Amino acid sequence: MIEISNLVKTFGRLTAVDNLSFKVESGEVLGFLGPNGAGKSTTMKMVTGFLAPSSGTINVCGHPVEGDARAAKQHIGYLPEGAPSYAEMTAQQFLSFIADVRQLTGSHRKDRIDTVIQQLHLEQIINRPIETLSKGFKRRVGLAQAILHDPQVLILDEPTDGLDPNQKYEVRELIKGMAKDKIVVISTHILEEVDVICSRAIIIANGRILVDDTPQALLAQSPSGRMDDVFRQVTAAENVS
Amino acid sequence: MSNLTIKNVGVIFKRELQSYFATPVAYVFIVIFLVLSGAMTFNLGSFYERGQADLAPFFNFHPWLYLFLVPAISMRLWAEERKSGSIELLLTLPITMLEAVIGKFLAAWLFTASALALTFPLWITVNYLGDPDNGVILAAYIGSLLMAGGFLAIGACVSASTKNQVIAFIISVVICFAFLLSGFPIVLDFFRGWAPQPVVDAIASLSFLTHYASISKGVIDIRDIIYFATLIGAWLYANAVIIEMKKAS
Repeated sequence: MIEISNLVKTFGRLTAVDNLSFKVESGEVLGFLGPNGAGKSTTMKMVTGFLAPSSGTINVCGHPVEGDARAAKQHIGYLPEGAPSYAEMTAQQFLSFIADVRQLTGSHRKDRIDTVIQQLHLEQIINRPIETLSKGFKRRVGLAQAILHDPQVLILDEPTDGLDPNQKYEVRELIKGMAKDKIVVISTHILEEVDVICSRAIIIANGRILVDDTPQALLAQSPSGRMDDVFRQVTAAENVS
Repeated sequence: MSNLTIKNVGVIFKRELQSYFATPVAYVFIVIFLVLSGAMTFNLGSFYERGQADLAPFFNFHPWLYLFLVPAISMRLWAEERKSGSIELLLTLPITMLEAVIGKFLAAWLFTASALALTFPLWITVNYLGDPDNGVILAAYIGSLLMAGGFLAIGACVSASTKNQVIAFIISVVICFAFLLSGFPIVLDFFRGWAPQPVVDAIASLSFLTHYASISKGVIDIRDIIYFATLIGAWLYANAVIIEMKKAS
């Protein structure tokens, strides 16, 4: 379970995240939506322990991210925005490094590496330096890294950005397949994605929650039944202010 | 920044070292280091002409060699991570800041040590030509390695403060130059004219040169070791603090 209460993050005079509180239970796939600069990535960076909150608390599987970062981080798999990795390493070396940090050993280590390579179809490129890979493969290597230790909590910042339609489909299937007893939080600009894979959607703008509901309920709000329209309708008022 | 496990330091260390050798950087550095140290020893240092069986002409140039070569090693340590965004991945893995800082530093240090170790043909040469005091040579190697560690810690800290490796290089060279220069007779004479002796001593005692010179003469004084250890520790601590402060930007 992820428990976020009264989370605030300010950068100088800018309030990026403004008193955010919500819970995510096991089995939920939460779509985190909002205009650019709404505070999605900042929230994710705080949940994963990269940034310290200005105030408020975050609990991941019972571990406070501020107090016991190592324990919290062990439960999290994280794909940061843009899927950064070490360009000069081969995909194989990179996954080995992550396996070492995650303290996977023996046959379990080998099984997990083989499994993610197979799940994300990295077989042909596994011995190529990451810098020589296409955007789609880089993203998939980043995803492989995030799920390598089979984490309880998966946090994905724009996981399908830069993938072609077939690859998007496969990544969505992968996420759906994983989600049964896990928590998945994904941020995305692709609204159709929310309808397809998420069990819950939160729309935020200016660091505050505007909507927290199921995708079906959101769609029902719009006469056209299109997620794009719902999104515009909800966030338009915020952009003016 | 608490909790330190050797295992995690080792994982970071291994990855970092792997990165040096995955690109031509390592080989270019080692070749240039060997060529320059050789050229300085034989041409500028008049190794043969002096007619003495020691490696003083070799070790005397190390501070100046390191001044430009060590920042070239350290400049990428953090600047590259910040530029590519991989720092966000690194610091959300279950490791602590201190483990990352130490692992990276040790990898850079071991790499420099391996370049230094590859100068062993000089040691063989001087033993073939004469009968040098090998204890002094060993002490000088240790002193040189400690000094390289000092330069690296400064460079790592500067690298943490920018995303730009060229800026990291230039600022590191300037700071390292200041640390070298503060022991130079010209600088000390300038202060000696008006400043009280304790101030002059304090400035001289900050210098790499002062401490390196005594070790390279074969005198391993615990105070010199403490100096380098403190210097490395302080700069690495600053490194961790700077990363903590600037990682959001």
